[in-house]
Amino acid sequence: MTFTVSNAPNGVVIVSVDGQLIVANRNELKDKVLEALESNESKFVLDFSSTGYIDSSGLGVLVSVSKKIREAGGDLRLAGLNEDLRMLFELTKLDTLFKICDATDEALDSF
Amino acid sequence: MTMVPLRLCVRRSDPSHPLGTDDAILMTVTVPSELDVVEHTVDIVSRHCLACGLSLKAVRFNLRVALSEALANAIVYGNRLDPAKSVHVALRELDRGVEVYVQDQGQGFDPNGIPDPTRPDCIERPAGRGLFLIKELVDDLVFNEEGNSICMTLHRA
Repeated sequence: MTFTVSNAPNGVVIVSVDGQLIVANRNELKDKVLEALESNESKFVLDFSSTGYIDSSGLGVLVSVSKKIREAGGDLRLAGLNEDLRMLFELTKLDTLFKICDATDEALDSF
Repeated sequence: MTMVPLRLCVRRSDPSHPLGTDDAILMTVTVPSELDVVEHTVDIVSRHCLACGLSLKAVRFNLRVALSEALANAIVYGNRLDPAKSVHVALRELDRGVEVYVQDQGQGFDPNGIPDPTRPDCIERPAGRGLFLIKELVDDLVFNEEGNSICMTLHRA
């Protein structure tokens, strides 16, 4: 399974992305986040520690869910990005739009 | 699901491919308009680029991202996922590196019409980053006049 949703004890929803976040599966991630928002969840960590690649469509869906979460009064952290993925965020300047943490624990503690 | 095979030609003429009769072409791949083939195609081209002396980092990151984006653009926006259309990929070895061609069978587009996605007024747009990433990650990028074929140049370190 590419996306796994779990709940941390402090009420944060963790969505782990296993493999790739690309044009072929990006809407699945969006659906998972929107489903949680509809269940009144508001704090999210997207865990990319097992993610090898994010394409431009994947980046686009992150922008889209970030906006949805913000509009719902929630907050989002990204965690576990490897060196290449961080470079993609820096090149596209999306590192200025997202709160990016090195690890999931750090992201959970930041709420 | 029926998988449509890739048609791969290495170091031999393929008259059915737009670039297949050029002697400097190392390999050509003709792929169906299906997103499932992107990763496999990138893997095939990557192996040949490593054999041409490109660095592992350039192949793993620059080529992988640029070629994945070019293929996805060709399949989704160029051929509009039309199963009757194909995408042609070719690799040419140069003295200083490689050229990778990606050509679709669509109407083409004006690459100058895509705004810079890093502009403050564009940063929250959900689309428009693919071509930007390609430009950032290759050493040279040329479109054909129709806008349905790109040539990406990557230099050896």
